[in-house]
Amino acid sequence: MNLTLKIWRQPDATSAGAMHTYELSEVSPDMSFLEMLDVLNEQLNDKGEEPIAFDSDCREGICGTCGLMINGEAHGPEVTTTCQLHMRSFSDGETITIEPWRSDAFPVVKDLIVDRSAFDRIIQQGGYISVNTGSAPEAHSVPVPRDDAMRAFNVATCIGCGACVAACPNGSASLFMGAKITHLGELPQGQPERDSRVVNMVAQHDHEGFGGCTNIGACTAACPKEIPLDVISQLNKDLRTAIKHGH
Amino acid sequence: MDMPDTVTSAEASPSGFLDGDYDDAVGYYTPGDPVVDTKAPDGPIAERWQNRKFEARLVNPANRRKLSIIIVGTGLAGASAAATLGEAGYRVKSFCYQDSPRRAHSIAAQGGINAAKNYKEDGDSVHRLFYDTVKGGDYRSRESNVYRLAEVSTNIIDQCVAQGVPFAREYGGLLDNRSFGGVQVSRTFYARGQTGQQLLIGAYQALERQVAAGTVETYTRHEMLELVTVDGKARGIIARDMVTGEIETHIADVVVLASGGYGNVFYLSTNAMGCNVTAAWRAHRKGAYMANPCFTQIHPTCIPVSGSHQSKLTLMSESLRNDGRIWVPKNQADCEKDPRDIPEEDRDYFLERIYPSFGNLVPRDIASRAAKNMCDEGRGVGPEVDGVRRGVYLDFAAAIERLGRAGVEEKYDNLLDMYERITGENPYEVPMRIYPAVHYVMGGLWVDYDLQSTIPGLFVTGEANFSDHGANRLGASALMQGLADGYFVLPHTIRDYLADGPFEEISEDHPAVVEARESVKGRIDHFLSVNGTRSVDSYHRELGNIMWEYCGMERSEDGLKKAIDLIRSLKDDFYRNVKVLGSAETLNQSLEKAGRVADFFELGELMCIDALNRRESCGGHFRAESQTEDGEALRHDDEYAYVSAWEWAGDDAAPVLHKEDLVYTAIEMKQRSYK
Ligand SMILES: Cc1cc2nc3c(=O)[nH]c(=O)nc-3n(C[C@H](O)[C@H](O)[C@H](O)COP(=O)(O)OP(=O)(O)OC[C@H]3O[C@@H](n4cnc5c(N)ncnc54)[C@H](O)[C@@H]3O)c2cc1C
Ligand code: SF4
Ligand code: FES
Repeated sequence: MNLTLKIWRQPDATSAGAMHTYELSEVSPDMSFLEMLDVLNEQLNDKGEEPIAFDSDCREGICGTCGLMINGEAHGPEVTTTCQLHMRSFSDGETITIEPWRSDAFPVVKDLIVDRSAFDRIIQQGGYISVNTGSAPEAHSVPVPRDDAMRAFNVATCIGCGACVAACPNGSASLFMGAKITHLGELPQGQPERDSRVVNMVAQHDHEGFGGCTNIGACTAACPKEIPLDVISQLNKDLRTAIKHGH
Repeated sequence: MDMPDTVTSAEASPSGFLDGDYDDAVGYYTPGDPVVDTKAPDGPIAERWQNRKFEARLVNPANRRKLSIIIVGTGLAGASAAATLGEAGYRVKSFCYQDSPRRAHSIAAQGGINAAKNYKEDGDSVHRLFYDTVKGGDYRSRESNVYRLAEVSTNIIDQCVAQGVPFAREYGGLLDNRSFGGVQVSRTFYARGQTGQQLLIGAYQALERQVAAGTVETYTRHEMLELVTVDGKARGIIARDMVTGEIETHIADVVVLASGGYGNVFYLSTNAMGCNVTAAWRAHRKGAYMANPCFTQIHPTCIPVSGSHQSKLTLMSESLRNDGRIWVPKNQADCEKDPRDIPEEDRDYFLERIYPSFGNLVPRDIASRAAKNMCDEGRGVGPEVDGVRRGVYLDFAAAIERLGRAGVEEKYDNLLDMYERITGENPYEVPMRIYPAVHYVMGGLWVDYDLQSTIPGLFVTGEANFSDHGANRLGASALMQGLADGYFVLPHTIRDYLADGPFEEISEDHPAVVEARESVKGRIDHFLSVNGTRSVDSYHRELGNIMWEYCGMERSEDGLKKAIDLIRSLKDDFYRNVKVLGSAETLNQSLEKAGRVADFFELGELMCIDALNRRESCGGHFRAESQTEDGEALRHDDEYAYVSAWEWAGDDAAPVLHKEDLVYTAIEMKQRSYK
């Protein structure tokens, strides 16, 4: 396959960026999208042009490190992560536009890399269950209904990639946050801190500059782990309850 | 998978092995003094850890705030330790090279975590988990450490459940277990195929809670490039801020490395792209011994390489071997054909043929080696990469006939989907193709019973140390070890060291600190100034090929010696001809890779020397010279029942070998047999 690639390049956080155009030939349909960029980078390096910086680590769709806007879609045309996207999803002669996540709360670090540390700060405000090492009771002392455990698991599969934010016209992180609140809220262990968790996480979310949710649903459509939209309803419900409880 | 029958060493006479010293590595190393003190307590094995915990001195809670700890790594081993030590009230700095602690490579573990809970009442116990782990490690691990691992395994599950880790449950609401990796009891806890992710998120959340509490500071996108030692003690690290390029000095009272495994020395592996040996190797060069570096685990069921662009390999759970049948064409001429057109009589189900009693369920190393042999014979399948087809079929046709498509879907759907996404082939219609890949390293920095390296004040946890898995690791035991080390072992042993505090203040212009910082800058300047012709990746790929060819599934004296020569000359060329563009003052991924690959060269050479010294086959280490007439691995307990602990002797000197004898008091050594 031969491709025309339009790629965002930006030397660092403070400099201005611009789209650059590259031609790439002999792309195999079996390459992953990131391997295609590896090949391009080898060619750039040979020519004396600095390779394009982009993030990835596991390349198995689980660590959440990768993430690119591909032709305007977060993680590209399939329901998967950028690293698990393969070139067979594109066609010969195609022009592909590649940009970093765009969101005020995710400033660009360099080229296609953004700073997502806001997610860690949201978790710091309550995305956990307070239990010091060694103080846990025997694991079987609290049975958890299988359906609750399954639901908790399904939403706990969020990889923190940020595609939901990138896809959202408001730049909201409600899907990410709702997934965590639902994960912990489904479990008996998560009940004692349920009210304070939602209140504090939402406050941090707003403080970081993420936008509000207006129920567009672009987040869930872009989410590689198919986190359902109803986690946001759960988040709102928990928030109302917490406020009722005087938070 | 069933447990193989075992026979004692005496019965399996090591035929063809001559008495006397076989040391193929003569000239490649200097013999050193044996390691005499591992600090393992005496007494009955079941009481040792309780005794050690009692004897380890306490640190007054009021003093903990004054003591500082650096932890490099936020995988299971690092995040769990940082959270626990933060909770205890120490001042912790936590480092990782990713943009968030939650992305450490532990996140990718699929299958599960072992614990001796015996919830199934199937005869499991701490002693049985201990026994299985020592036996699985082919009697090359230290029994006191392994016993402790089995002992604390049950606490891990309690802790994780309390944190909200959503393990799989039964209808009654209790935890489910499965049997995993060649053992007969069901002791593996799991969260679908994403156990590592769920455990790591639990540890990560506990860590972030401590960040909010002010006890832990996280340094993401920071890479440790040097260890600072002062008067022989570990006192800090030099790290590069990977965004600004700043070279930072971090001083502490004690340093913990939880920096993971070095499987990426093979270039292609199932490890994440950034996994590296730099943190451990820099410590090694400062005096920490490296133990059993050649012990590598190769996993038989990975998705094969599809072309020279391949950047990493993906593991497929080995549970697939329970129902899939492995074969290659009998005739080379058929290798290009559509497998569905190859009639039954022209297929060679080679594992079933060679190992009739275990068939497709032989252990990982045997299955891997057999697949390699088929491909070396020219009967591999799939695309030709560099002139060879490296793949064998894993066929579900019989299972679909037996269980129905729905039955297979129920058991394996997510795996088969993943396969289809990567290869573009539908495994319900066309047999899957698999090939072995490097997956885990048992070798690592040498530690004593306290998890302390040979540098006082430097502790090592998780895959980065060598301690618990001997020459081979059982499935679902790495997660157990990482969390055991971080939650339950290190916090007790490190306090004994810290009880000597307060320690002398070290300033950033102490000569030892300046020297460490300058050497880091010197290396960076060098890489950026060579301006040669080849990319870092091209060197890494070539090094990986050498390692895979000569220090992979099968190792021989000639091959290893050749590899050492090849590595040395490639390394020379690298330093003279590598091309790293960009600057030191910004994010520069080529520069990051250059430092890692430079360390992989030195590690690779040591792995070959270690493999050369060990002229026996044990666990994942197969020496061509040490096999039975039927081609099975042959261990030599009389000669090699030791840990090889290597000391760095300088850039131009041969490494020094210190042997730690392995003594088993609670278990009898046995040879395995799978025929
Ligand atoms: C695909 C796959 C599946 C697996 N499945 C299982 C399984 O089912 N069960 C099981 O028990 N085991 C499994 N394993 C093995 C297991 O996942 C690992 O051995 C284990 O997670 C290692 O944990 P760790 O904490 O020691 O290191 P890691 O999780 O690798 O963490 C290393 C940390 O060190 C940091 N680091 C490294 N170098 C530096 C540096 N120079 N500077 C700063 N930071 C640094 C990294 O940023 C990271 O935070 C699997 C492994 C793979 C590859
Ligand atoms: S909710 Fe989905 S898109 Fe958002 S961070 Fe989690 S996995 Fe990514
Ligand atoms: S690189 Fe890990 S999810 Fe893509």
